[in-house]
Amino acid sequence: MADTAASPRFQHRQSAHCESGVVANLLTHNGLKISEPMAFGLSSSLAFAYIPVVKMAGLPLIAYRMPPGNVMKGVEKRLNMRWVRQTFRDPSEGARELDAQIDRGRAVGLQTCVYWLPYMPEDMRFHFNAHNLVVYARDGADYLVSDPIFEDANRCDSASLQKARFAKGAMASHGLLYYPTQVPREIDYEAAIRGAISRNYKYMTKAPLPVIGVNGIRFLGRTIEKVGKDPAKREKYLPAFLGHIVRMQEEIGTGGAGFRFLYASFLQESAKLLNNALLAEAAKDLTDAGDEWRRFALQSTKMCRGRATMDTAQLAGILNDIAARELAVWKKLRAL
Amino acid sequence: MKTDEVPQDEARTYGGQKKLMYAVREDGEYTGVKSAGWEVETYATVRAVEELDRLRDDAVARAKAGATSPLEAHMYVRRMDVATLAAVTGIWEWRVKRHFRPSVFAGLSTALLERYAQALDIDVAALKRAPE
Repeated sequence: MADTAASPRFQHRQSAHCESGVVANLLTHNGLKISEPMAFGLSSSLAFAYIPVVKMAGLPLIAYRMPPGNVMKGVEKRLNMRWVRQTFRDPSEGARELDAQIDRGRAVGLQTCVYWLPYMPEDMRFHFNAHNLVVYARDGADYLVSDPIFEDANRCDSASLQKARFAKGAMASHGLLYYPTQVPREIDYEAAIRGAISRNYKYMTKAPLPVIGVNGIRFLGRTIEKVGKDPAKREKYLPAFLGHIVRMQEEIGTGGAGFRFLYASFLQESAKLLNNALLAEAAKDLTDAGDEWRRFALQSTKMCRGRATMDTAQLAGILNDIAARELAVWKKLRAL
Repeated sequence: MKTDEVPQDEARTYGGQKKLMYAVREDGEYTGVKSAGWEVETYATVRAVEELDRLRDDAVARAKAGATSPLEAHMYVRRMDVATLAAVTGIWEWRVKRHFRPSVFAGLSTALLERYAQALDIDVAALKRAPE
């Protein structure tokens, strides 16, 4: 077992996605070297969900991964380690606990609201409460922050960090602070990878609702076609809706193509670890599906900008093709 | 996506930062590649930010003209909408909307004003004025 306290200085490592980045970096810091794609894959975090009843700023929820917290929970299960997780009713107690942990030399993960982080570029500031980062040191009134979506470590003043930790509203973090314990020295990759893929197979192909998994991708295509035929919606709502899909797919730190490239990278790394040709093939096929997602984003944006004729049937066609490709990948993986 | 296909379209939305993408090298191996931005993504982000700015400018103008309370304007200045402000303050959406009426807003208790002010991270005196 690695001792978490009084460990060497935290190494910042840039990641595509905040949660998988924080999890991979904290585990690596605590003696278990693990890549971001491996943390993402072992936690079975790839998904697709189109949930029209849940609205964000009037637009439906579209997710390419499992809900926040899934990477942490998933690696806990696969690696048989534990996270110490603390939330606080009293914000000042949350601040004291953070200082106590930092002063003990521990790097801790925090769940924060993007909007209040001062180093966030203006155009990335939105009220999103489930952003993860690592605090690894204090310097005067500032904290040294390893926010994995950035190239380098950042500084954050204590008042701003406190606001970001205790922002209220949907998915409020209540100051969530976490760090790993009982970190194993090695991973039983054979069991962990097979278990994680099998679970992800179920999410993507066996969901009980038509809006989740591979079927959800087709459902989204049908919805786009419907919106395109609705005279009340096709002028203003349709471009906003398509832009929203592109943002969820590309902007929100996905590593490209809505986490498809990240997961394909996990499959490739797994193929090498297990010396398994089927995994290598699946990695290639999922990369191809990811390329189609990028094409979808490109085409729909061209249509929104008037650089191509708006053709919702064509967009639905791309999505159906993606669904077929992803289904084939999962069928292949099932034979693993 | 191949590493040489990772877009490098300087995006103003990144504020000079680069994002990490996963892409395939010439030899077929995945690797992390920094991207300065993708025009397609930037277009979507800029559209969303412009919409927020439009809502803000519109509400600020109406607040200055006395057609809505300063609360609505401050809400949009903070890039919130009614649902977000309601969730953050714990005040029902219909009540928040009611507080956009200047006459109702004028009669709000100090306690309520303080709740809004705290959620918006401004002081009560500033909350009572239309933002610039």
